[in-house]
Formats: sequence, C-alpha cells, structure tokens
Amino acid sequence: MSTTALRRLGGPFAGVAVAVLAAVIVLTILLALTGYPPGPSLLALWRGSFGTSYALTSATLVRATPLILAGLAVTLAFRAGVLNIGAEGQLLAGAAATAACGVGLGDRVAIWLSLPVALAVGAVAGGAWAGIAAWLRQRFGVLEVISTIMLNFLAAFGVSWLVRGPLQEHSHIYPQSPTLAPALRLPHLAASRLHAGFLLAVLAGLVIAWVIRATAPGFRLRVVGANPAAAALAGRIAVGRTTTGAFLASGALAGLAGAVQVTGVTYALYENLSPGYGYTAIAVALLASLDPLAVIAVGILFGALEAGAGAMQRDAGVPAVMVSVVEAVLILIFLAPRLRLPRRGDGAPAVAGDARIA
Amino acid sequence: MSATGAIDGYLAATVRLATPLAFAALGETIAEQAGIINVGLEGIIIAGSFGALVGASSLAGAGAGVATGFVAAALAGALVAAVFALFTVVWRAEQIITGTAVTLLGLGLTGTLYQRLYGAGGAALSIPTAPAVVVPGLSRLPIVGAALFAQPISTYAVVLLVPGIWWWTYRTQAGLALRAVGENPDAARAAGLSPLRLQLGAVLAGGVLGGLAGGTLVLAQVGTFAEGMSAGRGFIAIAIVALGRWHPVGAAAGALLFGAASALQFLFQAMHWSAPYQLFLALPYLLTLIALAGLAGRRGAPAALGTRPPVR
Repeated sequence: MSTTALRRLGGPFAGVAVAVLAAVIVLTILLALTGYPPGPSLLALWRGSFGTSYALTSATLVRATPLILAGLAVTLAFRAGVLNIGAEGQLLAGAAATAACGVGLGDRVAIWLSLPVALAVGAVAGGAWAGIAAWLRQRFGVLEVISTIMLNFLAAFGVSWLVRGPLQEHSHIYPQSPTLAPALRLPHLAASRLHAGFLLAVLAGLVIAWVIRATAPGFRLRVVGANPAAAALAGRIAVGRTTTGAFLASGALAGLAGAVQVTGVTYALYENLSPGYGYTAIAVALLASLDPLAVIAVGILFGALEAGAGAMQRDAGVPAVMVSVVEAVLILIFLAPRLRLPRRGDGAPAVAGDARIA
Repeated sequence: MSATGAIDGYLAATVRLATPLAFAALGETIAEQAGIINVGLEGIIIAGSFGALVGASSLAGAGAGVATGFVAAALAGALVAAVFALFTVVWRAEQIITGTAVTLLGLGLTGTLYQRLYGAGGAALSIPTAPAVVVPGLSRLPIVGAALFAQPISTYAVVLLVPGIWWWTYRTQAGLALRAVGENPDAARAAGLSPLRLQLGAVLAGGVLGGLAGGTLVLAQVGTFAEGMSAGRGFIAIAIVALGRWHPVGAAAGALLFGAASALQFLFQAMHWSAPYQLFLALPYLLTLIALAGLAGRRGAPAALGTRPPVR
C-alpha cells in the first residue's frame, strides 16, 4: 500500500482513536461528577464490551451490526447533502416488512432462497419509507429533517399496531409477531450469538466505500453533496435524481439493518425492537467523518459502549442512559472547530447542512 | 356521558395538550425567525421538565414550589439552549447536527441525574402542581367554558404570549432587526445590526420558552417527572413552526390543531367509538406531513434559516 493510501486511511481512523480516548475521558468525568466510582464502573464497561471473547462477539459485535448498517445509511445520505434523520423509522419499516415476509414464507422455502428474499424485502421497505420523504422533498419542498422525524414516529406507531393487530402471534397474548421459522434465521458465527449479519454489515461498508470513491454515481454523489449549485450549473449532473437516489439507497440500508436485526437477533417483530439505533447511527456516521470504512470501526466502538453500558448498570448500578451523554459529547467534540482534527477534503461533511437547508 | 359533556371535555383536553406545544413552538419560532433552526428543542423540553421537578420539590414545603418550579424549568431550558447557541451561533457549527447532539445530551443527562437523585424507584408523586384557575362566570359558559376559563396559569400565560410576541416581532425595531438577521445576516450586519447578539438572544428566548413547555408538563399536567417524558414534543413543535409559517399566531394555531388531533382519543373513549389507539397517536404526525406538503414546503421560511451565521 502506498503512503498516500495509508494516509487516506489514517485520517478517519486517527479520528476513531481520538473518539475512543475522548469517550473514556468523558465517561470518567461524568462518573466522578455524578458520584459513581469511576474505576469499578469502567472495569464493568470493559468486561461487558471487549473483556472476554464472549462479550466481544455476543454483545459488542451484535450491537455494532445495526449501528454499522444504519451508520452507512446516514453516511450515504449526508454525503449527498440529504439530512436523513429517519434511519430509525426506515429501520423499523424494514424490520416490519421482513417479519411480515417471514410470516408469509414460513418454512416452505429453502434457506438459500428465503433468507435473501426476506432481507431484500426489508431493504425495499426501508427504501420505500425513505421514499415518502424523498417525494415530499422533491415534489413539495418539504424539509426532510422534519418529514423523516415525523415518519420515525409513524413507523413506531405502525409497529405498535402491527404487533397487536395483523401481525400478532397466533395465541394473541403477546404484542409481538410469530417467531421466525429456522429457515429465515441468519446463521451464527462460531459458538456465539454473533450472526452472519455482521459480515453483511462489514461487506456493505466495503462496497459503499468503493462506490463513493471509485464509481460514477459515487462521484455525482460527492459533487452534489459538496455544492449542488455548481453541480447543476455544470450541466452533466441531475441533482434531483442524484439526491433522490442517495435518499432511497440510504433508506434501503437502514431497512436492511432492521431486517438483519429481525433475522439475526430478535426472530420476531415487537415494539422497542430498536433502542434508538437509527439516532445513534447519526453520531456513528459523524464521528467517522462520513467515511464508510471508519463507520465500521466507530460502529464497533459504539456497540461496545452500549454493550458495556448494560454491564455497568448490572454490576455498578450506573444508569445505562449515561452513554447517551457520552455520545452527545462526542458529537459536540467533533463539531467544536477549535478541537476538531484537520481532515482531508475527501471526507468533507461540513457542508452537508448548509448546502441543503440554505 | 352526554354529547355536550364529551365535547366540553374534548375542547378542554385540546387546550391542555396544546399548551406545552404552544410554548415550545413560540420559542422555536423566535429562534427560526433569527435564522437558527434548533433541533435540540427536545433536549431543552426534557431539561425544563427535570428543572421543574428539582425546583418544585426543593421549595415544596415553603409553599412556593410551583413558582420555583417554573423558574427552574425556564433556567434549565435556557442552559441547554446556551450550549446549542455556543456551538451554532458563536462557533458556527452545523445546526441540525448540533441539535441532534443537544437532544441526546438533554435526554441522557436528565435520565442519569434523575436515577442518581431519586433512585430506581423514581420521584414521589408529591410535588406541588399548578391548580386550575377558574374564572368566575366565564368558566360556566357552554362548550368553551372549561376549555378557556378553567385552565392552569401556564395556559393563560401562553395565550398572552401570542399577541405579545407578535407585537414584539412585527411592531418593534428589535423585532424587525431579528427578522432581518433571519432573512439576510450579512445585509443586517452591513446595516449596523449584530447578528451574533440577536441570534444568541433568540436562541436563549427559545430555550426559556422550551423549558417552560417542559415545566408545564410536570407542574400543570403530570405532577411528576419520568425519563423521556418530552416524548417527541420538541420535534412536533419544530413541525408546528413550519406549519404555522414561522408566525407566532400560526404557531399557536398549529399547536391547537395538534392538540385537537391528540385529544381525539379522549373523545372516542367518551363516546365509546372504537378504533386502534395507535391511529390517534399517529394522527397528529400524519396531519403535519400532509399539511406541510399542502402548504408547499419552505414558502414563508426565513431565507437564511439553517445557514451558518456570518463570519465575524
């Protein structure tokens, strides 16, 4: 690998290293301020995240999987200047569609066919859910920031209705869908709860990195995201079509995150299937400087934080919600110009908001 | 229950549910008129709720609990808004992203502090609440009496705020300056105005009103605090601002529309009509989407909304 290539890789990953360090420092300060013993609490966090191979595979990487996929969704949208805050809703739409597809397919179809179909259905549903906001933006000029937030709430209510209505399990006691047939479950890796969805997420990161860096659609996406007016003036780029395409692809990735969660972890649809993965994904994408490869690393870091937070609550009585504060402070550190790392133009997300909102 | 009784109750519920939304939407209107979109409003509201809990319970014995609760709610809202303003107005960071972080911060900090201060069992239900102030005579009016003249003090306050804010923004020099900054900060600065001071003031005012929205939830409605009790009201208020065409009267009307849609669930219960309850929960969001599309998106928005403040 040439030195330039190494440097290109080094940029966002240096950011990840700083993020890890910052997370630990912020957490220590928070623990001390709120009167929890930092030492034992951090130790519990470590044990629950990276400390054992079981924690790493069955807790950290399992949680990292939806964060990586949804983080890639946010990355793709933001790179095109689309402020898609709706990964949460798109994830839920994907999960619901996959669960419905599972109920329909049952055990009748072989796994090599049924599983890809179920995942594809989830991705399409996520894309369609994003498509509503994309259409509202394109046709009526509705800000996607507002429409995607509204659609997040609608998706949550929709899931709540489905699991008590048309998709409720057969005994009609529990608010959840019937359990998926074995033919619709993602295979596990080794002797852990880690499922093949993690590999899918990593593969998605590699593919998207390649698409953005080395293909014509990726080039259009970067140009439109950096300066839509210039892209339109240059005449060769259909700005509307590019942003809509990125919006739909973003929704599809978030939908896939939901599909993977249903086929790999929960095996059923229920409320609170996602503890806000779609919102955390925004933090993941930003801390990764909107670099798809760095999204994988930051996704694992955040998966570890969330897995460790559970252990911290169990073993040290620290409220797990404290992790939200850490995530928030990490985003703010990323934003604070005086603290921000110098970045290469390649990952420039700075105009994501300006370009579109203005 | 009689049909008129049900309608009285429906209108009263509409106004009750609209009150916190109106506070938050009025505050966000001021900030957005100055060109700053604050998606951190959700975090501001929950901070206001938590502030209200702490403020009200600390002076509950002295009989001043409700008053200190509202003051603490306003301060807590302003504090969170100050974090947002520091990043977006002073350091010119991207507003949507900062707002997302501020929402996370508000929800996370209040949740952590709540569990720390009140334990896993939560706060007692004994904090003082604002009683309904019944206007003699008028509250007995048919249909609108209970809705308009038997509400907690915060509802009357927000009703008075609407014309007050309208007058300030459209009839005073300061209001004109604020709107000028929201339309074109560079031109406003060339004309001798200070975008920095105006935008800081607008965001902080929005924080005070957002905090009062959270305080209203605790002190005039629920009577206690629960983690995440803002329940998306900040995001709804941002939609209401767009729905109300960035005008204070429009914001109040939008809040009432939202309140009316949310209160439908009570009307259906009273009338024994059945429908999936999620439909009523979803209705306000659905209406907002349709209304935003119908009103053709950004028309009426301050021209510089969401853009970075000018370099100083």
